[in-house]
Amino acid sequence: MPYNFAYLDENSKRAIRRSLLKAVAIPGHQIAFASREMPLPYGWGTGGIQVTAAIIGKDDILKVIDQGADDTTNAVSIRHFFQSVAGGIATTTDTQQASIIQTRHRIPETALRADQIIVYQVPMPEPLFKLEPRRTETRILHAMADYSLMYLQLYDHITRYGRVAIGYDYPVMVHDRYLMSPSPIPAFDVPKMHMNPALQLFGAGREKRLYAVPPYTRVVPLAFEDYPFTPLQAQAPCALCGSTSSYKDEIILDDSGKRQFVCSDTDYCGKTSCK
Amino acid sequence: MSYVAAKGGAQAIHAAHQLVAERNAPDPDDLQAQIARHLHLGIDRIMAEASLYDRDIAAKALLQAQGDSIEAVFIVRAYRATLSRFLDSVPLNLGQAHLQRHISAAFKDVPGGQQLGATYDYSHRLLGYFQNLPARDEAEASCATSGIPPKATLNKTSVMDLLETEGLIEKSSTEPADAENRDITQIPPGFPASRAQRLQTLARADEGFVLGMAYSTQRGYGQNHPFIAELSHGSVNVEICPPELGFSLCIGTIEMTECQMINQFQGDSPDTATFTRGYGLVFGHNERKAIAMALLDRALRAQELGEKVEAPAQDEEFVLSHCDNVEATGFVEHLKLPHHVDFQSEISTLRALRAQSPGTTVKHDDAL
Repeated sequence: MPYNFAYLDENSKRAIRRSLLKAVAIPGHQIAFASREMPLPYGWGTGGIQVTAAIIGKDDILKVIDQGADDTTNAVSIRHFFQSVAGGIATTTDTQQASIIQTRHRIPETALRADQIIVYQVPMPEPLFKLEPRRTETRILHAMADYSLMYLQLYDHITRYGRVAIGYDYPVMVHDRYLMSPSPIPAFDVPKMHMNPALQLFGAGREKRLYAVPPYTRVVPLAFEDYPFTPLQAQAPCALCGSTSSYKDEIILDDSGKRQFVCSDTDYCGKTSCK
Repeated sequence: MSYVAAKGGAQAIHAAHQLVAERNAPDPDDLQAQIARHLHLGIDRIMAEASLYDRDIAAKALLQAQGDSIEAVFIVRAYRATLSRFLDSVPLNLGQAHLQRHISAAFKDVPGGQQLGATYDYSHRLLGYFQNLPARDEAEASCATSGIPPKATLNKTSVMDLLETEGLIEKSSTEPADAENRDITQIPPGFPASRAQRLQTLARADEGFVLGMAYSTQRGYGQNHPFIAELSHGSVNVEICPPELGFSLCIGTIEMTECQMINQFQGDSPDTATFTRGYGLVFGHNERKAIAMALLDRALRAQELGEKVEAPAQDEEFVLSHCDNVEATGFVEHLKLPHHVDFQSEISTLRALRAQSPGTTVKHDDAL
């Protein structure tokens, strides 16, 4: 079967780009869009794939990562998808070379530039869904900027555990207005979103929502004055490149449970160890 | 010479093997045609849930999915998403359908007659049952062979029309307003959903989910008190009206199953009390889905009709958000994908909690 460049027909891509423009105009606000079925399953990154399909052109250089790595199965699969349906586009594993980076669960360690776009795959775009499952209700809460439910949740954590116990998908305020899910990136990555020169686009295919953080936008994790945001750092330097600043995967080495910590961002790790 | 002969001989042997292989292996196209023909109810289900009426593509997908119908639905949906839409069809005229089957459970006889058609309803579920049917006599034969009887093509009056004329049932809503008649695959659905959006969502919803939710209404979770006014299956013309022509053209025929359900009274006084409607319409021959859809359609009208929304089947956001099997299977199965970055952050959080509080309780200076 012959397919159009980047799979979707041009009208569908245009409809998605219109929603993206709206999303950029209202930072952090979720925009409903007519999500299409993609040939990859929901939950595999159909939102991100649709955003990438809608914005990618023949001159783009695409990087796809999952869990920070270019060589994880899903990243390989999505990269191959675009190679096969967007014939002629270049792909890379090098963060600095890429013009579009599609990601699941991580932000690269290498700082992004103004001429780059990062596309996040989002499972649950509604940051309040664990506290209020009804979108009819959460829409009202967003309209009134009433985020007391989430503050209560943080307060509840502090009374129970002595700290905010959210490791990933840490709720953030965007442009001082909308509460937003940063997607299930570790809390460690959240500060990278703040005032980032790159355009950050978010696609949730199954939930049919898009949102965006335009370049140089304030993205502030929720916290209290006496309990500031304190993301956890890795416990050891990378066993491969020695980096102390990167996010680490914990690798179990043998049956006795020996551990090793290595960078989750494989591109960054490779470059750091070369130096 | 011997070299050439040996080479030619090898080719001949290869060709001979090819002949055997071709005889042994089923021709995929032939298999696809057989699937479309013999497993037509399964194909109908795939077409309905994929919301694309194309027997060949559904059969191809079912073959590719090795019989996994949800996987087949998914393949067809992904193909459907790439198709350009150029026109909406004119609303189907089901009054002009060629009916294969038309029954009413609410009345002993109905306009157009009770017509049993092909059904499993009265068969015994014994293996080989249909191979061991008694030979039919002449009279039966003439009755049974007319798959599409001419009388059913009449522009019949429906049972609902009769009840409506008598004022016993709520009026059917007239043509939906443009804003209401929105294709959920083109314009994202929201809540509250319009009736058109609800029906479209249900028509392509997972049959098992719709069946279970409908069943729950019969067991007291949002009761309907339903009666099937009419259940029909047949083929109907699809017409389009290209704006440059200004008149409609028939572009083909599709099979549909429709269920008109009569439900409990509604109204505050004896004068205003009327029966209410539930509606089901599905691609192909699928009575189970059409009936279940009609039950669920009615249950989901609870708020509109001023009933208390208490049962899951009455909860629009719950039902419509979870009934799509392509969405559901994707998100449930995505748990197979690696999540080690998230899990690492959870481990780190838990370790940090353990490390900071050697005791079991958190101590607060301000006596919280």
